[in-house]
Amino acid sequence: MKITFNGQTIESTEHTLQAFIDATDAKEPYAVALNGQFVPRSQCQSTHLAEGDSIELLSPIQGG
Amino acid sequence: MRDDKPLNIYGQRFESRLLIGSALYPSPQVMQEAIRASQSQIVTVSLRRQNSVSAGDDFWQLIKDTGLTVLPNTAGCHSVKEAVTLAQMCREVFATDWIKLELIGDEYNLQPDPVALLEATQILLSEGFKVLPYCTDDLVLCQRLAALGCEVLMPWGAPIGTGKGLLNPYNLSMIRQRLPDMTLIVDAGLGLPSHACQALEMGYDAVLLNSAIAGAGCPVKMAKAFNHAVQAGRAAYVAQAMPEKDVAAPSTPTMGMPFWHQSN
Repeated sequence: MKITFNGQTIESTEHTLQAFIDATDAKEPYAVALNGQFVPRSQCQSTHLAEGDSIELLSPIQGG
Repeated sequence: MRDDKPLNIYGQRFESRLLIGSALYPSPQVMQEAIRASQSQIVTVSLRRQNSVSAGDDFWQLIKDTGLTVLPNTAGCHSVKEAVTLAQMCREVFATDWIKLELIGDEYNLQPDPVALLEATQILLSEGFKVLPYCTDDLVLCQRLAALGCEVLMPWGAPIGTGKGLLNPYNLSMIRQRLPDMTLIVDAGLGLPSHACQALEMGYDAVLLNSAIAGAGCPVKMAKAFNHAVQAGRAAYVAQAMPEKDVAAPSTPTMGMPFWHQSN
Protein backbone atom coordinates (compact mmCIF):
# COMPACT_ATOMS: atom_id res chain seq x y z
CA MET A 1 0.00 0.00 0.00
CA LYS A 2 1.02 3.58 -0.52
CA ILE A 3 2.17 5.45 2.58
CA THR A 4 3.42 9.01 2.76
CA PHE A 5 6.42 9.08 5.05
CA ASN A 6 7.86 12.47 5.98
CA GLY A 7 6.45 13.90 2.77
CA GLN A 8 7.62 11.08 0.46
CA THR A 9 5.15 8.58 -0.97
CA ILE A 10 6.47 5.02 -0.73
CA GLU A 11 5.18 1.46 -1.07
CA SER A 12 5.00 -0.54 2.14
CA THR A 13 3.90 -4.03 3.13
CA GLU A 14 3.94 -3.29 6.87
CA HIS A 15 0.63 -3.42 8.67
CA THR A 16 1.40 -1.66 11.93
CA LEU A 17 2.98 1.68 12.63
CA GLN A 18 5.72 0.08 14.72
CA ALA A 19 6.60 -2.39 11.98
CA PHE A 20 6.75 0.46 9.49
CA ILE A 21 9.08 2.46 11.72
CA ASP A 22 11.26 -0.58 12.34
CA ALA A 23 11.61 -1.03 8.59
CA THR A 24 13.02 2.47 8.23
CA ASP A 25 16.41 3.47 9.56
CA ALA A 26 14.79 5.76 12.14
CA LYS A 27 17.17 6.82 14.87
CA GLU A 28 16.27 7.75 18.42
CA PRO A 29 15.01 10.06 19.70
CA TYR A 30 11.85 10.61 17.69
CA ALA A 31 8.10 11.02 17.96
CA VAL A 32 5.46 9.90 15.50
CA ALA A 33 2.24 11.31 14.08
CA LEU A 34 -0.23 9.46 11.88
CA ASN A 35 -2.48 11.55 9.65
CA GLY A 36 -1.73 14.61 11.72
CA GLN A 37 -2.47 12.97 15.06
CA PHE A 38 0.22 12.25 17.62
CA VAL A 39 0.68 8.55 18.33
CA PRO A 40 2.48 7.78 21.61
CA ARG A 41 5.33 5.32 21.20
CA SER A 42 3.50 2.89 23.46
CA GLN A 43 0.63 2.73 20.93
CA CYS A 44 2.65 2.30 17.72
CA GLN A 45 2.51 -1.50 17.98
CA SER A 46 -1.26 -1.56 18.12
CA THR A 47 -1.81 1.13 15.48
CA HIS A 48 -2.71 -0.36 12.10
CA LEU A 49 -1.90 1.29 8.81
CA ALA A 50 -4.22 1.84 5.87
CA GLU A 51 -3.75 2.77 2.24
CA GLY A 52 -2.89 6.44 1.89
CA ASP A 53 -1.84 6.99 5.51
CA SER A 54 0.58 9.80 6.20
CA ILE A 55 3.32 9.29 8.80
CA GLU A 56 5.54 11.97 10.25
CA LEU A 57 8.62 10.98 12.23
CA LEU A 58 10.23 13.95 13.92
CA SER A 59 13.50 14.42 15.79
CA PRO A 60 15.16 17.23 17.74
CA ILE A 61 16.45 20.22 15.83
CA GLN A 62 17.66 23.71 16.64
CA GLY A 63 14.93 26.13 17.65
CA GLY A 64 14.53 29.75 18.58
CA MET B 1 13.78 49.35 46.33
CA ARG B 2 11.81 46.43 44.97
CA ASP B 3 12.07 42.80 46.05
CA ASP B 4 14.34 40.71 43.85
CA LYS B 5 13.01 37.24 43.24
CA PRO B 6 14.42 34.61 40.91
CA LEU B 7 12.75 34.03 37.56
CA ASN B 8 9.76 31.73 38.14
CA ILE B 9 8.54 29.51 35.33
CA TYR B 10 5.64 27.36 36.45
CA GLY B 11 7.17 26.97 39.89
CA GLN B 12 10.75 26.36 38.77
CA ARG B 13 13.23 29.02 39.83
CA PHE B 14 16.11 30.27 37.69
CA GLU B 15 18.90 32.74 38.39
CA SER B 16 19.50 33.66 34.75
CA ARG B 17 16.96 35.90 33.05
CA LEU B 18 18.18 35.13 29.57
CA LEU B 19 16.56 32.31 27.60
CA ILE B 20 18.57 31.41 24.54
CA GLY B 21 17.76 29.79 21.21
CA SER B 22 19.84 27.05 19.63
CA ALA B 23 19.37 27.95 15.94
CA LEU B 24 21.29 29.86 13.28
CA TYR B 25 24.79 29.58 14.76
CA PRO B 26 27.71 29.28 12.34
CA SER B 27 28.60 25.88 13.79
CA PRO B 28 27.51 23.50 16.56
CA GLN B 29 30.67 24.35 18.48
CA VAL B 30 29.92 28.08 18.37
CA MET B 31 26.39 27.30 19.51
CA GLN B 32 27.69 25.44 22.54
CA GLU B 33 30.22 28.15 23.40
CA ALA B 34 27.66 30.93 23.00
CA ILE B 35 25.13 29.13 25.16
CA ARG B 36 27.76 28.68 27.86
CA ALA B 37 28.87 32.31 27.59
CA SER B 38 25.30 33.55 27.94
CA GLN B 39 24.98 31.76 31.30
CA SER B 40 21.44 30.95 30.27
CA GLN B 41 19.75 28.11 32.07
CA ILE B 42 17.04 27.51 29.48
CA VAL B 43 17.52 26.70 25.80
CA THR B 44 14.88 26.43 23.10
CA VAL B 45 14.67 23.51 20.68
CA SER B 46 12.22 22.14 18.13
CA LEU B 47 11.28 19.06 16.11
CA ARG B 48 11.56 18.45 12.38
CA ARG B 49 11.45 15.51 10.01
CA GLN B 50 14.30 13.14 10.68
CA ASN B 51 15.41 13.18 7.07
CA SER B 52 15.94 16.94 7.21
CA VAL B 53 19.53 18.14 7.23
CA SER B 54 20.31 18.57 10.90
CA ALA B 55 17.57 16.81 12.84
CA GLY B 56 18.68 13.99 15.02
CA ASP B 57 20.71 12.61 17.82
CA ASP B 58 23.94 14.56 17.19
CA PHE B 59 22.25 17.90 17.82
CA TRP B 60 20.29 16.54 20.75
CA GLN B 61 23.46 15.20 22.34
CA LEU B 62 25.07 18.65 22.11
CA ILE B 63 22.08 20.20 23.84
CA LYS B 64 22.02 17.53 26.52
CA ASP B 65 25.73 18.17 27.13
CA THR B 66 24.93 21.77 28.07
CA GLY B 67 22.88 20.48 31.01
CA LEU B 68 20.31 23.23 30.48
CA THR B 69 16.56 23.04 30.90
CA VAL B 70 14.96 22.55 27.51
CA LEU B 71 12.04 24.59 26.20
CA PRO B 72 10.57 23.01 23.05
CA ASN B 73 8.70 25.21 20.60
CA THR B 74 6.00 24.80 17.97
CA ALA B 75 7.73 27.12 15.50
CA GLY B 76 6.30 27.11 12.01
CA CYS B 77 2.82 25.91 12.96
CA HIS B 78 -0.06 27.71 11.27
CA SER B 79 -3.07 25.90 12.73
CA VAL B 80 -4.31 24.80 16.13
CA LYS B 81 -4.16 21.16 15.07
CA GLU B 82 -0.54 21.41 13.90
CA ALA B 83 0.54 23.19 17.06
CA VAL B 84 -1.24 20.77 19.40
CA THR B 85 0.17 17.73 17.59
CA LEU B 86 3.69 19.15 17.57
CA ALA B 87 3.42 20.02 21.26
CA GLN B 88 2.37 16.46 22.05
CA MET B 89 5.31 15.10 20.05
CA CYS B 90 7.68 17.50 21.82
CA ARG B 91 6.46 16.33 25.20
CA GLU B 92 7.30 12.75 24.36
CA VAL B 93 10.73 13.42 22.84
CA PHE B 94 11.95 16.06 25.30
CA ALA B 95 10.19 14.63 28.37
CA THR B 96 8.86 18.01 29.49
CA ASP B 97 5.42 19.58 29.89
CA TRP B 98 6.81 22.95 28.91
CA ILE B 99 5.91 24.23 25.48
CA LYS B 100 6.70 27.54 23.84
CA LEU B 101 3.49 27.85 21.87
CA GLU B 102 4.15 29.56 18.58
CA LEU B 103 1.26 29.78 16.15
CA ILE B 104 1.90 31.97 13.14
CA GLY B 105 -0.94 34.04 11.70
CA ASP B 106 0.87 35.98 9.01
CA GLU B 107 3.63 34.56 6.87
CA TYR B 108 5.15 37.95 6.07
CA ASN B 109 5.93 39.25 9.54
CA LEU B 110 5.47 35.94 11.38
CA GLN B 111 2.93 37.59 13.65
CA PRO B 112 1.25 35.21 16.09
CA ASP B 113 -2.42 34.43 15.43
CA PRO B 114 -4.15 35.62 18.62
CA VAL B 115 -7.41 33.75 18.03
CA ALA B 116 -5.78 30.40 17.25
CA LEU B 117 -3.31 30.95 20.07
CA LEU B 118 -6.11 31.16 22.63
CA GLU B 119 -7.74 28.00 21.31
CA ALA B 120 -4.49 26.01 21.25
CA THR B 121 -3.52 27.30 24.70
CA GLN B 122 -6.81 26.13 26.16
CA ILE B 123 -6.41 22.65 24.66
CA LEU B 124 -2.81 22.26 25.79
CA LEU B 125 -3.45 23.52 29.32
CA SER B 126 -6.31 21.03 29.61
CA GLU B 127 -3.84 18.28 28.62
CA GLY B 128 -1.47 19.26 31.40
CA PHE B 129 1.01 21.29 29.41
CA LYS B 130 2.74 24.28 30.93
CA VAL B 131 2.19 26.71 28.11
CA LEU B 132 4.49 29.65 27.38
CA PRO B 133 2.58 31.41 24.60
CA TYR B 134 4.47 33.60 22.17
CA CYS B 135 2.03 36.45 21.59
CA THR B 136 1.74 40.00 20.36
CA ASP B 137 1.99 42.93 22.77
CA ASP B 138 -1.80 43.18 23.07
CA LEU B 139 -2.96 43.72 26.64
CA VAL B 140 -6.37 42.14 26.23
CA LEU B 141 -4.93 39.08 24.55
CA CYS B 142 -2.50 38.73 27.43
CA GLN B 143 -5.36 39.06 29.91
CA ARG B 144 -7.29 36.33 28.08
CA LEU B 145 -4.26 34.03 28.13
CA ALA B 146 -3.83 34.70 31.84
CA ALA B 147 -7.51 33.93 32.44
CA LEU B 148 -7.05 30.55 30.74
CA GLY B 149 -4.39 29.69 33.30
CA CYS B 150 -1.06 30.62 31.74
CA GLU B 151 1.55 31.47 34.36
CA VAL B 152 4.02 32.79 31.79
CA LEU B 153 3.41 35.05 28.79
CA MET B 154 5.89 35.93 26.07
CA PRO B 155 4.87 39.05 24.13
CA TRP B 156 7.06 40.02 21.22
CA GLY B 157 9.38 42.98 21.19
CA ALA B 158 9.32 43.06 17.39
CA PRO B 159 8.81 40.48 14.62
CA ILE B 160 11.07 37.43 14.81
CA GLY B 161 14.57 37.96 13.54
CA THR B 162 14.25 41.68 12.87
CA GLY B 163 16.52 42.92 15.66
CA LYS B 164 14.45 46.09 15.96
CA GLY B 165 14.11 46.02 19.73
CA LEU B 166 11.00 47.01 21.67
CA LEU B 167 8.79 48.57 18.98
CA ASN B 168 6.00 49.45 21.38
CA PRO B 169 7.32 50.08 24.88
CA TYR B 170 3.99 51.59 25.93
CA ASN B 171 2.11 48.36 25.19
CA LEU B 172 4.74 46.25 26.92
CA SER B 173 4.74 48.54 29.92
CA MET B 174 0.95 48.42 30.14
CA ILE B 175 1.00 44.61 30.13
CA ARG B 176 3.53 44.71 32.97
CA GLN B 177 1.37 47.11 34.98
CA ARG B 178 -1.89 45.27 34.42
CA LEU B 179 -0.50 41.79 35.06
CA PRO B 180 1.82 42.48 37.99
CA ASP B 181 2.09 38.85 39.17
CA MET B 182 2.52 37.22 35.77
CA THR B 183 5.95 36.00 34.66
CA LEU B 184 6.54 38.08 31.53
CA ILE B 185 9.26 37.36 29.01
CA VAL B 186 9.93 39.49 25.95
CA ASP B 187 10.38 37.03 23.13
CA ALA B 188 11.63 37.89 19.66
CA GLY B 189 12.75 40.97 17.83
CA LEU B 190 15.66 41.98 20.04
CA GLY B 191 18.91 42.93 18.35
CA LEU B 192 21.06 44.67 20.94
CA PRO B 193 21.90 44.12 24.60
CA SER B 194 20.36 47.54 25.28
CA HIS B 195 17.01 46.18 24.05
CA ALA B 196 17.21 43.38 26.60
CA CYS B 197 18.28 45.82 29.29
CA GLN B 198 15.29 48.04 28.48
CA ALA B 199 12.88 45.11 28.83
CA LEU B 200 14.31 44.17 32.21
CA GLU B 201 14.36 47.80 33.37
CA MET B 202 10.62 48.06 32.74
CA GLY B 203 10.01 45.02 34.91
CA TYR B 204 9.97 42.16 32.47
CA ASP B 205 11.17 39.00 34.16
CA ALA B 206 13.37 37.77 31.32
CA VAL B 207 14.04 37.88 27.59
CA LEU B 208 14.19 35.08 25.06
CA LEU B 209 16.36 35.59 22.01
CA ASN B 210 18.26 33.74 19.35
CA SER B 211 19.12 35.71 16.22
CA ALA B 212 20.69 38.61 18.13
CA ILE B 213 23.37 36.27 19.44
CA ALA B 214 23.61 33.69 16.67
CA GLY B 215 23.68 36.37 13.96
CA ALA B 216 26.30 38.55 15.63
CA GLY B 217 29.81 38.84 14.22
CA CYS B 218 31.02 37.01 17.32
CA PRO B 219 28.14 35.10 18.91
CA VAL B 220 30.18 34.18 21.99
CA LYS B 221 31.05 37.80 22.83
CA MET B 222 27.48 38.89 22.10
CA ALA B 223 26.16 36.18 24.41
CA LYS B 224 28.31 37.61 27.19
CA ALA B 225 27.06 41.11 26.39
CA PHE B 226 23.42 39.99 26.65
CA ASN B 227 24.15 38.27 29.93
CA HIS B 228 25.53 41.52 31.33
CA ALA B 229 22.61 43.49 29.88
CA VAL B 230 19.90 41.42 31.54
CA GLN B 231 21.74 41.61 34.86
CA ALA B 232 22.06 45.39 34.55
CA GLY B 233 18.43 45.77 33.55
CA ARG B 234 17.19 43.65 36.43
CA ALA B 235 19.40 45.46 38.93
CA ALA B 236 18.04 48.78 37.68
CA TYR B 237 14.45 47.56 38.03
CA VAL B 238 15.08 46.39 41.59
CA ALA B 239 16.87 49.64 42.45
CA GLN B 240 13.95 51.69 41.05
CA ALA B 241 14.78 54.50 38.67
CA MET B 242 14.53 58.14 39.66
CA PRO B 243 11.33 59.94 38.61
CA GLU B 244 11.66 61.56 35.20
CA LYS B 245 11.32 65.38 35.21
CA ASP B 246 10.54 67.91 32.52
CA VAL B 247 12.91 70.62 33.78
CA ALA B 248 16.57 70.61 34.71
CA ALA B 249 17.59 70.22 38.34
CA PRO B 250 21.22 70.75 39.30
CA SER B 251 22.98 67.82 40.81
CA THR B 252 25.87 69.80 42.34
CA PRO B 253 24.77 71.82 45.41
CA THR B 254 24.23 75.53 44.72
CA MET B 255 24.69 76.54 48.38
CA GLY B 256 28.18 78.00 48.87
CA MET B 257 28.72 78.68 45.17
CA PRO B 258 31.72 81.08 45.29
CA PHE B 259 30.88 83.33 42.32
CA TRP B 260 27.09 83.16 42.49
CA HIS B 261 25.51 86.37 41.16
CA GLN B 262 28.72 88.31 41.84
CA SER B 263 28.64 89.92 38.38
CA ASN B 264 25.34 91.73 39.26
